[in-house]
Formats: sequence, structure tokens, C-alpha cells
Amino acid sequence: MAKITYREALNQAMCEEMARDDRVFLMGEEVAEYNGAYKVSQGMLEKFGPRRVVDTPITELGFAGLGVGASMAGLRPIVEFMTWNFAILALDQIVNAAAKMKYMSGGMYSCPMVFRGAGGAAARVGAQHSQALENWMANIPGLKVVMPSNPADAKGLLKAAIRDNDTVCFIENEINYGDIAEVPEGEYIIPLGKADIKRQGTDITMVAHSRMTGFALLAAEELAKQGISAEVIDPRTIRPLDETTILNSVRKTNRAIVIEEGWRFAGIGAEISARIMEKAFDDLDAPVARVTGKDVPMPYAANLERMAMPSVLEIVEAARVVCNRA
Amino acid sequence: MPIDLLMTQLSPTMTEGKIARWLKKEGDTLTSGEVLAEIETDKATMEMEVVDEGTLHKIIAAEGAIINVGMPIAIIAEEGEEVADDYQPASNAPSAPPAPQETPVAITQPTVTAPTPAVATVQPSAPTPVVNERRIKATPLARRLAKQKGISLAAIRGTGPNGRIIKADIELASKRGINLGIGNLTTQPAARPMPQGPLPYHADEYERIENSMMRKTIARRLSESKQTVPHFYLSLDVNMDRLMDLRAQLNGAAGDTFKLSVNDFIIKAVAKALVDVPAANASWTESHTLQHKHAHVSVAVAIEGGLITPVVRFAEQKGVVEISNEVKELATRARQGALKPEEYSGGTFSISNLGMFGIKNFAAIVNPPEGAILAVGATEERAIVDKGQLCVAQMMTLTLSCDHRVVDGAVGANYLAALKKHLECPAGLLI
Repeated sequence: MAKITYREALNQAMCEEMARDDRVFLMGEEVAEYNGAYKVSQGMLEKFGPRRVVDTPITELGFAGLGVGASMAGLRPIVEFMTWNFAILALDQIVNAAAKMKYMSGGMYSCPMVFRGAGGAAARVGAQHSQALENWMANIPGLKVVMPSNPADAKGLLKAAIRDNDTVCFIENEINYGDIAEVPEGEYIIPLGKADIKRQGTDITMVAHSRMTGFALLAAEELAKQGISAEVIDPRTIRPLDETTILNSVRKTNRAIVIEEGWRFAGIGAEISARIMEKAFDDLDAPVARVTGKDVPMPYAANLERMAMPSVLEIVEAARVVCNRA
Repeated sequence: MPIDLLMTQLSPTMTEGKIARWLKKEGDTLTSGEVLAEIETDKATMEMEVVDEGTLHKIIAAEGAIINVGMPIAIIAEEGEEVADDYQPASNAPSAPPAPQETPVAITQPTVTAPTPAVATVQPSAPTPVVNERRIKATPLARRLAKQKGISLAAIRGTGPNGRIIKADIELASKRGINLGIGNLTTQPAARPMPQGPLPYHADEYERIENSMMRKTIARRLSESKQTVPHFYLSLDVNMDRLMDLRAQLNGAAGDTFKLSVNDFIIKAVAKALVDVPAANASWTESHTLQHKHAHVSVAVAIEGGLITPVVRFAEQKGVVEISNEVKELATRARQGALKPEEYSGGTFSISNLGMFGIKNFAAIVNPPEGAILAVGATEERAIVDKGQLCVAQMMTLTLSCDHRVVDGAVGANYLAALKKHLECPAGLLI
């Protein structure tokens, strides 16, 4: 199995799907001539030509709308947002058009398309460019939300997202783009709505997605040295959420902690911890804890940015509290 | 921080405890699991074990002192910790407990080594008792496990945040055999385990057979019954001539359709007599006596490694043949170990029959929560005197063991008389 980067895995997924199905095309700012702002679409213009790899003006609402229309007309667009921060401009198309089309047309139209781009904080790009907005998207009935945490998942999940018959918000992570790992070649598809147990453990369940999965795995290493066996679960698909895998794990460990880069209020952790409380109440030996981004706009200063993000140490400490070992 | 050692609630009904004996003295090192003190509760003398390790810094409640649950009895210093001279236990304000009238003065006036204001000393002129109705903090999982294992949360000290009882506390309690919830309170004599010193037998002269769960349950339940249930015994001889005749007639006419045993008739007669004397069909609880409306008759069946008592339900409504078939079927499955819990629980009265072994008479142990058990001996030819004439009859001796809390002597005697009547006029059993 070849070792490739997370961005190459995304590129591979798109190229394979475009080669397989000529209805699939890529559209977005700088995706063609410039090979993508983060080089995710490297070489794709050369491979598929300007009809299928389309540079757009800086008009998120406009090209998101083009994508919605194309999907209604039978194509399968991949609309790239340079980052999800800019998708805020396109929310009317995502939330009011794509998410509701099947419902409001009585099933006559649907929007099988992928909105993709980087979410979360990068490194010192400031408050407006460092936001984890997956909870916004996941709140909307009619949208699926997918967030890969490693290169193999990035490929397998993006291929599944492109083939999915509903609108998928595919949220990548800029810091992860350079991560290198083994990625299966060719047909490698991870079904949406299926969580992955990234590390087995017996004492505490840690649920973390996207970049935080890596943080959770590091925290699990440290906890192991302290005699606490942590199980790390990556939901991979935020909506629909694979609560079965999470609840089964909690029934085994009796303790849980949810980690997310985004803000605490009404975040993904709030949803997951509420479900654990509702459905595994009698299995809980401690309240579910959350480790989240701090409740502030992301500071620009590097030291403050580090403090605003969840850290491995915070995860370790929270896990110790939940395990009554603080 | 020094740790305040509090009077623990060691039984569900305990509101105060008396320090019977300190097994550690000030300055002693405390290791988890060691016995720290013996506490006399409303039910028994219990051992209080070390939970928080450290050094016994100060004993607040001297031997003989009666202390409310939740009040400090000692201060424990954590390892290497210096406790300030003026350290006061951070407990609730003293709620003076009532002076138990029946308790000797020597005990109600304890000597308290450190008369700090927080210590609840017993004042003879105490006001109305403050009942300690503290809410027990426990995690949902801990509550579920405690319920499953029949452990009373009140008996457990939580080690989680804010004294919350967590899974580990239940597991520890379960391991140590705290089982207060199902009434398995080890009373003082029983609390003394068998001496673990060398046994007076040569190791090569016995075989060690591990006790099965059933063996342990029998040991526990019957010890508990014989030690806590006030037994008394009533014996009576029954003339079985007519019943044996009737049985022979019925079995002779039945061909292969059924074969009735003496015991089948006894079950039916027992049930009918329970209808006649319902006071004998009763169970004891602290607040009420339960008088059962139906005769659910437990029948002791010897099985490999022990015995079990399948229950013939609503026996008063069933015919002898139906009872016979049911008992055969239950006994077969009992020997296969295939009975469901509901099939061997819920009985209101037991029968133990050792007649087939030739036993003349014996006294059985009451099977709680039932109120009585009938021990049935062999039916045998005996010389009896009938209207001044010596003659031979088939006789059987019955012995009724009663729980005197619910079945008094006269009730038991009435019951046996009713039973005798049914057995000696057995045609009525067929109606």
C-alpha cells in the first residue's frame, strides 16, 4: 500500500470518481489553473480539462448555487470552498436550497453533491479564518456531514460522499493536509454513518473527530502510561452519527469524554454527551466530560491560539477526572 | 488535608452507632482493608474497615460513645501530613441524638477524648431526634450494580467526587461481602469466620471439595434462618390406613395414566389445611405480617450437590393427579438443573419428606420468608391403641417447624389438626 498525504488521498478520490463517472466535476476558487489553494486539485485540470475542473470568481453564494442547479439537472458537482469560513457566504444555497430540495419538491429533485473544503483552525490565520462550523451544518436536516481524520479515511469517505445521493458537507482540515499514511489503492469506499474505533481500551471512551482524533490518540498514549486504558472512537460521519458504536463502547467503559475543536455551546460534544446520557444512563459511572475550543474568537498570537485550542494535556486531565484519578 | 473519619451507616436502618472497640490507636498506620474499629449498630456489631490510608491522628469518639451516622469519630492524617493542633473536623453542626431510655447510663455518657463542638455527644435531655435522611450520591451505574447484587448503598462509602458512590465502590463492597440489602447481615457470632489456622486433620486424610454456589447459598440461607428465625416444633402421628387404601384403589384403576405417591396426597392435604387455617400461611416482615391468599407449596427435592424447592402454585385449586404430574415434571427438571427462578421461588409453605429413606421423624429448618415447614416421616406399620384395643395401623409422624414471629403454638397445632383430618379422611382430597 502506498504512503500518500491526506491532500493526495483527496485528489485520488476525486480523480477516480471523475474517471468512473463523467457527471462528476469540480468547481471552486483556484481549483484549476492554480491547482487548488491547498494543492488538493493538483493536476486535475490537465487530466480532465476546463469543462470538468472549473475556476470560479470569488462568489461563494453564486457558485454554490450553480452547483445546486447542476445537481438538480443530473450532474454530480464537487464544490470546493477554500475554507468552510467562506462557506458562510453560501449558506443560503447550502441550507435553504440543497438541504431542502428533495423535501420541498416532494422528491422530484434532489441535490447529490459534495461541498468540501478545510474547516477548523490552521496556524495563525486569525479569528475569521479559524472556525469549526461542523455543528452548524450538522444541525440541518437534509445535510450529511463527513470529517476524515487521516489520509485513508479521507479517500474512502470522499468517494462515498461523491456517490451519495444526498448533499454532503465534507469538512477537511488544513493542518492534516500534509499528514502521510498508507492509503488503499483503487476502489476503497468507507460507508457514511460508520464510526471507527481508532484505539481499543477498557477504562474510558474518548470520542473525537477530524484533527482532534490525533490529539485523542496522543492523550490515550499518555493515559496508558498512567494505567488508564482509553478507547478512541472517530465518528467520521458527524451526521448521520453512528451512536451504536459510541454507546457500545460506553457500555463497556462506563465513562466518556468528547473532544472537539469547535466551541462548547451547542457543539458536537453537547449532542454526543446528551445521547450518551439519554441512552446509556444506567451504564455511566461518571458524568460525560467535554474538551472543546475556548469560548473566544480565535486569537492571532501563536501562544494564545495554542491556548484557545484543546490540548493533549487538557484531554489527559479531563480523562483523569472522569476516571476518578485526578 | 486531614480526613474526617465519619460514623458510617452500616445497616439500612442504622441512625447511630456505638464504638464497641477501637482496634487501632492514635499514631497507628492505617492500611486499606484493615479493621479499624468495631461498631455496634441496631442490628449487630460490625467491623469498620480502613478506606482512607494514612495515620490515625486522633480518636474523637471513645469506646462506648454513641455517635450519629455522618458524625466524625476520628481524624486521619494523610501520609507525611502534619495536622494542625487546632484542626476541627468539618462536619455538620451537632444534632444531639435522643438518649435511648433502655441503654445504661454508662454508655449514654461516653467519655469523649476531644470534646470539640462538632462532636455529637449524647445528652440525656436531648430534643426530638433529627433523622439522618441524607441523599445517597451514586452514579447510575453504581445504583444499577448495587441493585443487581442486592447491596444497600447506605452501607457503602463513596470514593468518587463529593463522596459519590461509583462502580469501584460497589465492586469492593461485593468482594468484601457487604450484603445488607438482602438481609444477610452478619450478626456478631456469625461475623467471626472459621479460624483459618491449621485444621485438626491430616491433609492426606481428606479431600477438598470446592463449595458450589448452591452449597454456599444453602449454607447462608439456612444459617440465617436457624440463627434469626425463632423456631419451635410440633409433632403429630397420622393414621394413614385409609389414605393408603385410597391410593392403592386409585393407582390400581389408573393403569398407566398416572401413579400417585403418598407425597402427592400430602401436598394436596397441606394446601387444603392452609385454606382452613390461613394464619399458618404467613410471612414475617418488620412492619407487617403477610397472610397469603393461596397455597404455593414448596417441595424439597434432593439433587446432585444439594437440594432445591420447586413450587406447586395454587395447590389448593389443583387436583391430586394434576399435582402429581406437576411435581414429577418439576423434580425431573430440578435434577437437570433446568428450573427457572420463578419455579423455585415464591412458595408460602414448604414440605420436606424423608419418608422414603425410612426416617421416622425429623425437624426441618424454616425456609424464609415462609412461616413454616412440614417434615414428613415414613409411613410404617406400628402398634397403636384404638378404643382400648391394641392393633396395627400404618402410621406417619409429621413435624411442623414454625417461625414463632408469625405462627404461634396454637395456630400451628390447629393447622396440624386440620392436616391430620384431611389425611385421615382422604376422600375429601378428591373433591
